[in-house]
Amino acid sequence: MSIYLDLFLTFAKMGVCTFGGGYAMLPILQREVVEKKGWATNEELTDYYAIGQCTPGIIAVNTATFIGYKYKGVPGGILATLGVVAPSIVIITVIAAFLTNFADIPVVQHALVGVNACVVALIASSVIKLGKSTVKDAVTAAIFLAALMLAFFVGLSPVILIVCAGVVGYVARRLVKLSGGGAEK
Amino acid sequence: MILLRLFFEFAKTGLFAVGGGLATIPFLQDLGARTQWFSDADLTTMIAVSESTPGAMGVNMATYVGYATAGVPGAVVATLGLVFPSIVVIIVIAGFLQKFRQSKTVDAVFYGLRPASTALIASAGLTVATAVLITVGGLEEHLFTVHWPALLLAVAVFVCLRYTKLKKLHPIVFIGISALVGAVFRF
Repeated sequence: MSIYLDLFLTFAKMGVCTFGGGYAMLPILQREVVEKKGWATNEELTDYYAIGQCTPGIIAVNTATFIGYKYKGVPGGILATLGVVAPSIVIITVIAAFLTNFADIPVVQHALVGVNACVVALIASSVIKLGKSTVKDAVTAAIFLAALMLAFFVGLSPVILIVCAGVVGYVARRLVKLSGGGAEK
Repeated sequence: MILLRLFFEFAKTGLFAVGGGLATIPFLQDLGARTQWFSDADLTTMIAVSESTPGAMGVNMATYVGYATAGVPGAVVATLGLVFPSIVVIIVIAGFLQKFRQSKTVDAVFYGLRPASTALIASAGLTVATAVLITVGGLEEHLFTVHWPALLLAVAVFVCLRYTKLKKLHPIVFIGISALVGAVFRF
């Protein structure tokens, strides 16, 4: 199969399997892109999510463009993005045409509660996997906890959090270097 | 030229909405008010459908608004408009990153940024968790009520994912089974 077709179809599959926002896509991304295809590492996924939520556009699309570009340049970025939106175009068009009351159907509502409960578990498991490669020492553990508190309880903007965390990371590395290396390196 | 207008309006949304699909809602409200293409009530339906169907929510909403405004061509054009700025901006940034990947400075910045990114994902997970598993208020003598069946299901899926051989299964299998459980047991 052509590499480009593979890229398009893999991301189309991701579009079909995602329920919710870009975060709900993470467990599927880890399975398909990191574990199955090896197109990106867990660390790179975290980078893409970090940048994806500070830059214009919705996270799911930004992440797809990133991975596609890294794998196969500009055409890769475009194809991965078209892949991730293609299922939406088909599914939503059909529902908008025939089933405008789709979300009010009781069975759909019950099923959706089940799906969302499952998504919570999937995200929790994904975060643990990511954490193993991103939270490695006291500094990163402190950044993780502080960012979690500020994001969840205070509702601080992701853009501010990401920028501050980048600065803290940079300063921490410099300080370690100035004090003569040590644990880092 | 309604299609051209649709593309332009959604490209604008894609350019200025930073974050997840929820970030696009204020832009869509504004769009509906300015153009009369759809009402706030229509938008509520669109959000509900977008949340309950496969696909990233922001993309689904663009497709839905596009379809409601100008049929199938509208759906395609609005969606392409939404992703167009992302493609351009991200390709530029990804190009820069590739160039400076070896830089010690970039490496140090990402060292601090990665745990924060992980925390933001955890926070999004917690937001979904509180929305699905807990109802705040409600019964007068309780501060919040726990949705036990959903909580039980979430814990069961989590245990399977972490501690059993079932973790080899594709996530969509868990999603499908959970949908079935929710539908059968009337969650």
